[in-house]
Amino acid sequence: MDALNNFWSVYSNLVLTLGTNALLALSIWLTLSCGMLAMANAAFMGIGAYTSAILTMTYGVPFPVAIAAGMAAPALTAFVIGKPTLRLSGVYLAMATLAFGEVVRIVVLNAESLTGGALGLNGIPPITQWWHVALALVLVLLGLWRLRRSKVGRAFEAIKEDETAAGLMGIDVQAHKMLAFVLGGAIAGLAGVLNAHQTFFIGPNEFGFDRGVDILTMTVLGGINGLTGPVLGGVILTILPEALRAFGDFRLVVNGVILVLIVLFLPKGIWDPARFRQWFGRKGAAA
Amino acid sequence: MSTTPLLHLDGVSRHFGGLKVLQDVNLEVPQGGIFGLIGPNGAGKTTVFNLTTGLLPTTGGTIRFEGRDLAGVKPHEITRGGIARTFQNIRIFKEMSLLENVMVGMHAKLRYGGLGLLASSGLFRSEERRARDRARELLSWVKLDHKADDAADNLSYGDQRKLELARALATEPKLLLLDEPVAGMNSSEKTDLMHEIRNISGRGYTIFMIEHDMRFVMGLCEHIAVLNFGRIIARGGPDQIRNDPQVIEAYLGREEDEATNEGAAA
Amino acid sequence: MLEQQLVNALSLGCVYALFALGFTLIFGVLGVINLSHGAVFMVGAYAAVQAMARFDLPLWAGLLFAFVFCGLLGLLIDFLVLRPLRARNAPHLIPMIATIGVAIILNNGIQGIFGAENVRFPAGVVSGESLDLAGIHLTALELGIILLSFVLMGVLMVALKRTQLGRALRAIAESPKAAYLLGINVEGLFFLTSFAAAALGGLAGVLIGLYSNAVFPLMGQPMLHKGIAVIILGGMGDIRGAMLGGLFLGFAEVLSVAYIGSTMRDAVAFGLLFLVLLVRPKGLFGSMQERKV
Repeated sequence: MDALNNFWSVYSNLVLTLGTNALLALSIWLTLSCGMLAMANAAFMGIGAYTSAILTMTYGVPFPVAIAAGMAAPALTAFVIGKPTLRLSGVYLAMATLAFGEVVRIVVLNAESLTGGALGLNGIPPITQWWHVALALVLVLLGLWRLRRSKVGRAFEAIKEDETAAGLMGIDVQAHKMLAFVLGGAIAGLAGVLNAHQTFFIGPNEFGFDRGVDILTMTVLGGINGLTGPVLGGVILTILPEALRAFGDFRLVVNGVILVLIVLFLPKGIWDPARFRQWFGRKGAAA
Repeated sequence: MSTTPLLHLDGVSRHFGGLKVLQDVNLEVPQGGIFGLIGPNGAGKTTVFNLTTGLLPTTGGTIRFEGRDLAGVKPHEITRGGIARTFQNIRIFKEMSLLENVMVGMHAKLRYGGLGLLASSGLFRSEERRARDRARELLSWVKLDHKADDAADNLSYGDQRKLELARALATEPKLLLLDEPVAGMNSSEKTDLMHEIRNISGRGYTIFMIEHDMRFVMGLCEHIAVLNFGRIIARGGPDQIRNDPQVIEAYLGREEDEATNEGAAA
Repeated sequence: MLEQQLVNALSLGCVYALFALGFTLIFGVLGVINLSHGAVFMVGAYAAVQAMARFDLPLWAGLLFAFVFCGLLGLLIDFLVLRPLRARNAPHLIPMIATIGVAIILNNGIQGIFGAENVRFPAGVVSGESLDLAGIHLTALELGIILLSFVLMGVLMVALKRTQLGRALRAIAESPKAAYLLGINVEGLFFLTSFAAAALGGLAGVLIGLYSNAVFPLMGQPMLHKGIAVIILGGMGDIRGAMLGGLFLGFAEVLSVAYIGSTMRDAVAFGLLFLVLLVRPKGLFGSMQERKV
């Protein structure tokens, strides 16, 4: 029991971060599964973080309410910008959402009275427990797993492969894209809330371009063909910098090298059912 | 048999800038039966389908389905209204199994919503089962049920076309638009498909097909219209069309042109 | 005074344009969003500083060195990372992520070697002279930047529009497969483009390093963000658009700092970008479709 306590006191932050990163990776996976590369999830995370932090810090709102608000705010934002933005496709969508993310970051930077500006928000009550994160992850995974096996999941897959054909199957393509985008935003917001109440400080620079790129990397690396991939990617990319501490100043360099190597040698990400099928010789469609 | 045509194209035209792809096309597809649209390459036949399914707006004229004007109706709504189609260049979902492909077609007909999905309610489960069963049944119509769980990217060309057909049927259409259903098939595959299409017609679906293969069309279709350079030049039953001088000219003229070009190139 | 601001904006805009040019070349010709371009830009600045400090070289030699060094770096990146991915026909997300890895390597590598603090160019490399024209104050540096940029951009435009090489590049941008079938040495031109784009980026790095008198490992990141904004504003893959977009951004930034306030400066770029994308996704000048693979 002592050993467990020791482990926890040293690594608890890491484990919690693992959980929130997995959530973030799943949030971007959701939009990817619908064929959209939407890079606004870091911004949605930030909106969730700030909304909930302001509520708990200034108004002493109970945690569950803060969580709900932290999910609703980004979801609403996603809905509003989704309408014009989701018409775009491919790279344009990616760039538009990236741009939006940067705009959010800068607005936060400037709304000093509300968000503390560049200095961020300090002293957020550290109320996230490990079971919050675990529960959130389990619920999200369950929900997404269900989604995949339903007509909505099939619709997403169809849209990803061929939007026109999907539309002609009676699928309302725009509505489904919006659903993926808004849900993804809500999940990212959830991660933001949990993260903010664990690190007791948040600043605008944590939710910008670099974070967005991080999240994307986790997902693509982990494998986009299922739910395991993003979670795995989140785990690996959280642990990797820690595991590489031995390399001292150059540990991030090694991080980058590993990233490049994985991209070069594991095309569909680490968790790739199709490759496993090849290795184990089973026939059949992707799960 | 009702006298209102199922599908009515009334003075339909479609221009792309200066290019007039379709001009004043009048077409009536009656309920039940098999209707064929033929014409030389580039006549504009696929454009007729693209207009009917809402992928493109008309530049003029109206398209009416069951008496309702289709102007401004989105493609997925048109499908839900009862028109399904297959594509000339086959657009199946390669990363899904055959079964899943067909199940996608049932999307609009599955009656559970988000809550039901999350709670795994009885409705969700029974609807999913219904979808699976129906999908297998449709695959059996086109004799692909033994491959139901295989990945769709491994299919032969002919099988892919049949899968597209089964998938279109899954949307429970009243009108089935088939765009060159036998293109690229060998003659035994064509004969097979001819039988299958006849069976499907026998089940009550109205079929509207675009085809090149004259024998195929003449063998299947009761009503035929001929499109040339964006205009309808003839209409009627197979015998009428076969003997229509303008039709012969349209096809023969094209053949002559091709022969001349070949001669010049040689 | 407005004219002064405009002149400041011009030199800033020129550097943005040079950076965006490299970025756009890679996107247009290779079809890759190269997120390591910012790091290469930064390496250019360090390369010049090192060369000039250690070997007591004049500015033009430093520039040349940075140009060649970064060009080779770009070539190396292409050869080691992008080429294998091309051979595999990877979907375009994948090379982008690989370039992220490269950026991490470069950014942290440089930081590990040289430390995170600001490095400066050796004193006196740029002549302190300045020009005063009609009340506008133009330093030698600004003048140099403007001239150099315009010369480079001019050469590039001419090369693209009027030479066989330029036509070949444009053909590849349209469709690599078709270009290949026309007998164009696609792979060779990919290498050339990687070299040229990185070289331009490195050059831009030196110029910004001089302009702001600050060279530090993360200087490439904000540039990258702006580069993305520029190429979208100008139309992705469109060279003229990249140049004009860069100039436009320079003006927008300087004017907004002067009249609105410096913290909103970055918001200007991205806000504009967002709006443009909504109204005209192909950018102000883009006519380019997403390339046919």
